[in-house]
Amino acid sequence: MAKRIEASNVTAYYGGFKAIENINLTVEPKTVTALIGPSGCGKSTFLRSINRMHEVLPGARVEGSLTIDDQDIYDRDVDVTAVRRMIGMVFQRPNPFPTMSIYENAVAGLRLNGVRKKSILDEAAEKALRAANLWDEVKDRLGKPGAGLSGGQQQRLCIARTIAVEPQVVLMDEPCSALDPISTLAIEDLMFQLKDKFTIIIVTHNMQQAARVSDRTAFFSIEKTGDPGRLIEYDNTQKIFSNPTQKKTEDYITGRFG
Amino acid sequence: MTTTVTSHRPRPATTPDTLRTKRLPRYAAPAIALAALLVAAAVVLGAGIGNWVLVVVLGALLYLIGLYLAAKAVEGARSARNRTWSALIHSAFVLAVLPLASVVWTLLSKGVERLDGDFFLTSMNNIGARDANGGAYHAIIGTLEQVGIATLITVPLGILCAVYIVEYGRGKFAFAIRFFVDVMTGIPSIVSGLFVLAFWVLIVSPWFNDGRPSFSGFAAALALSVLMLPTVVRSTEEMLRLVPAPLREGAYALGVPKWKTILRVVLPTALPGIVTGVMLAIARAAGETAPVLLVAGGGAAINFNPFENNQSSLSLFVYQQAGDASRFSPARAWTAALTLVALVLILTIAAKLLARRNRLGR
Amino acid sequence: MGETPHRSADAGTGGTRVTESHEWPAGASARVAEAPVSTRTPGGTGLGGGGALPRARAFGAERAFRGLTLAAGTAVLVIIAAIAVFLVAKAVPALRADTANFWTYEGWSPNEAQPKFGIGTLAFGTVLSAALGLLIAVPVALGIALYLSHYAPRRVGTTLGFLIDLLAAVPSVVFGLWGREIFINPVRDFSVWLNKYFSWIPLFGGEGPFGKSILLGALVLAIMVLPIVTSLSREVFLQTPTANEEAALALGATRWEMIRTAVLPYGRPGIIAAVMLGLGRALGETIALAMTLGITFGISFNLIQNGGNTIAANIANAFGEANETGRGALIASGLVLFAITLIVNITARVIIYRRREFTESAA
Repeated sequence: MAKRIEASNVTAYYGGFKAIENINLTVEPKTVTALIGPSGCGKSTFLRSINRMHEVLPGARVEGSLTIDDQDIYDRDVDVTAVRRMIGMVFQRPNPFPTMSIYENAVAGLRLNGVRKKSILDEAAEKALRAANLWDEVKDRLGKPGAGLSGGQQQRLCIARTIAVEPQVVLMDEPCSALDPISTLAIEDLMFQLKDKFTIIIVTHNMQQAARVSDRTAFFSIEKTGDPGRLIEYDNTQKIFSNPTQKKTEDYITGRFG
Repeated sequence: MTTTVTSHRPRPATTPDTLRTKRLPRYAAPAIALAALLVAAAVVLGAGIGNWVLVVVLGALLYLIGLYLAAKAVEGARSARNRTWSALIHSAFVLAVLPLASVVWTLLSKGVERLDGDFFLTSMNNIGARDANGGAYHAIIGTLEQVGIATLITVPLGILCAVYIVEYGRGKFAFAIRFFVDVMTGIPSIVSGLFVLAFWVLIVSPWFNDGRPSFSGFAAALALSVLMLPTVVRSTEEMLRLVPAPLREGAYALGVPKWKTILRVVLPTALPGIVTGVMLAIARAAGETAPVLLVAGGGAAINFNPFENNQSSLSLFVYQQAGDASRFSPARAWTAALTLVALVLILTIAAKLLARRNRLGR
Repeated sequence: MGETPHRSADAGTGGTRVTESHEWPAGASARVAEAPVSTRTPGGTGLGGGGALPRARAFGAERAFRGLTLAAGTAVLVIIAAIAVFLVAKAVPALRADTANFWTYEGWSPNEAQPKFGIGTLAFGTVLSAALGLLIAVPVALGIALYLSHYAPRRVGTTLGFLIDLLAAVPSVVFGLWGREIFINPVRDFSVWLNKYFSWIPLFGGEGPFGKSILLGALVLAIMVLPIVTSLSREVFLQTPTANEEAALALGATRWEMIRTAVLPYGRPGIIAAVMLGLGRALGETIALAMTLGITFGISFNLIQNGGNTIAANIANAFGEANETGRGALIASGLVLFAITLIVNITARVIIYRRREFTESAA
């Protein structure tokens, strides 16, 4: 279920603005990889180019090559929707569909894929909600609006919605930045469980979080505002946080920069 | 991990193993379009059941069907639906552009015919069926006076009403007012005309006029006010709600009473938005024909006094000239329509630009 | 926060607008500076004062202003009530004089010594033309609105959206003039064609003459209502939270599926409002129909023969030669129109308010 992702010389633009330049990075299956770095360093941009969400913005484009198990994501014959089904994404703010119930949110992806049979949907909904550690909290009110849950529950609902379609990679764009500490903890626990099945890449501003949840950490940085973001260092999380090779990484991690 | 997660059972593959999909080649869509047009032309012209319009319509229909089938065969049902809807949405756009462009084009090309000084400086007084001249001076006067009076009535009333809804109104009564303002937006202009006819022209005006009902520009202004009021209230209400709470709280914290805060802080902040709403309401009122027809009576001569005797208006002038038997009247109607549209559009554009420059919200 | 022009960062699922506006004091803070000017005035005790707290005055500017706004608010209710009252007052004498059945009689001759008039044909024509016009306009309008908000390149969408907004402001009399002088020709050709091949369908039967028909009226109505519905629904579609659109796309939705899962459900109340507003306009439209319909009396589903009439168009046409009973009769018909539009409007508002409560409690 989990796949390897390889980026080579990935450069991404917003119109005329170059947001990231020449990113080379390999993400191993069934690991959690954290992308850290100061604001504006392009880590979210890189994350969004992995499932081709970057190009949704007007004028945005990506150069270089990104492969998932040796298939080029940006190949001309590739179906964008297939990429996004294979590589799911959880966003910074919880964004359940406001007009749908909890149940409908959980199975939204399956319904899109043409699954109509109620028994399959029911089973998938329970499975996804259980996997997102949300089942016990919502099982009695599946018909209530998804937007009526608390922020942390909403975010877990979004995770359930993402994993219900059984993707192979899950991207998380600062999934806890809008949440309180307890909800954050719940989501971090969840990540530990999910990495048995999925390759997870997470963007975070919280270095403790990166240290807690990830196996590998990539540090991104920029020279100055307006410059493209670059990958400074990429290594095992322990190594990055205890003994980084780059001065910049050390400065950032010890709080002397950013 | 919980045990249920690991249950495995064949089910519709939701995540594809391969990213590559068969896609229609780029030339497919134009090719299908061409084929559809050719087939349509062959059928229609061959059987002699219509002209090129039918060819295009039938061709478009065949194109949609052909595109759906081809995409479904090659790319699958989801992609086929996506492509067909996209084509439908694009064709909706093309379909609507044609008549709307025709309206604009006709308006311009026919409107310039009588766009001369005579048109703006003379009235229709003593203009017979065989006279080519004559103008809309009296109608322009009428429009300006009626809309001006209506604005004077509506703006204070509308703003105060919005202030009540946003700042003071509580509970069911305020809700009722809001609800009925919404409902009032939907009152047809002819009904407001009839209302003023029944109320002002037939019942009130005889008191001033020796017992005979009298049409007047003022009556038209009243009818237009009924139409403008909900627009003004709604836009003002929206703008007042956008005024940031800290601004109000800042003033309260300084000990400023509520009414002064509203007059000195809230309303000035919301002013650009309110002006925009008022201008849009004026633009709409200026184009109304029906109420003016019912209560101002129309007329061929210049009448500066809105409180006595018949008045015309630009829109009423268009309507009356369009129905006139003279062969010169259509040209007058088109030029008046062009003038009216120019007036309304200038107001609308100004209002939109103002709104864009002073966007409080986003 | 996001590091680049990151749309999802500031387009939350709702509610962000309020917080954003707090950060917008650029023009506003300049005005708040005016506030201290007014603090100089109250009382003579000096700012901050001393001694006992002043007691609230029983009557003062605050109360007066509040009363003024209350009066303005009440005026709305009074106007609505007055419309009903005065229309009824003038309609009743005419209805008493009517020697035929007001609901069923097919004809309109209230100016005779024996006044005879009935609302049936007019109400029928009103509903038929408005429904037909909307049936044509709404799908097209929603299509254009989606095109402008989600398919066209952004700059094209904004520019064309602006043009559509302008067209929505064009007075109906202009559309009527265009329909009567220009559009009637293609519609007549089309009617003749329909009649030739489809006269076996009662809608398209008849012997002619064709042209000034319900079809022409409904098409002109459609073209007139189109910019209004488009403009409103485009605005609604643009308000869909970007976060929800991205969520759908990230689940692997195609563009159409994204629209169906995120955009359309979110915009439903707004679409209903737009359609209902369009319906209100169509039901009450006077001049454009007075200029394009054939004005006959009789209930017929034939769409293409000269004919058709509506309450509003009949008022405009018959008003000129109406005597006192005639006016009363027209006012009575206006009362019926008022009632129809009121019902449509209230229904729409109730739907919208209900939906709004659902989404608000959910958001």
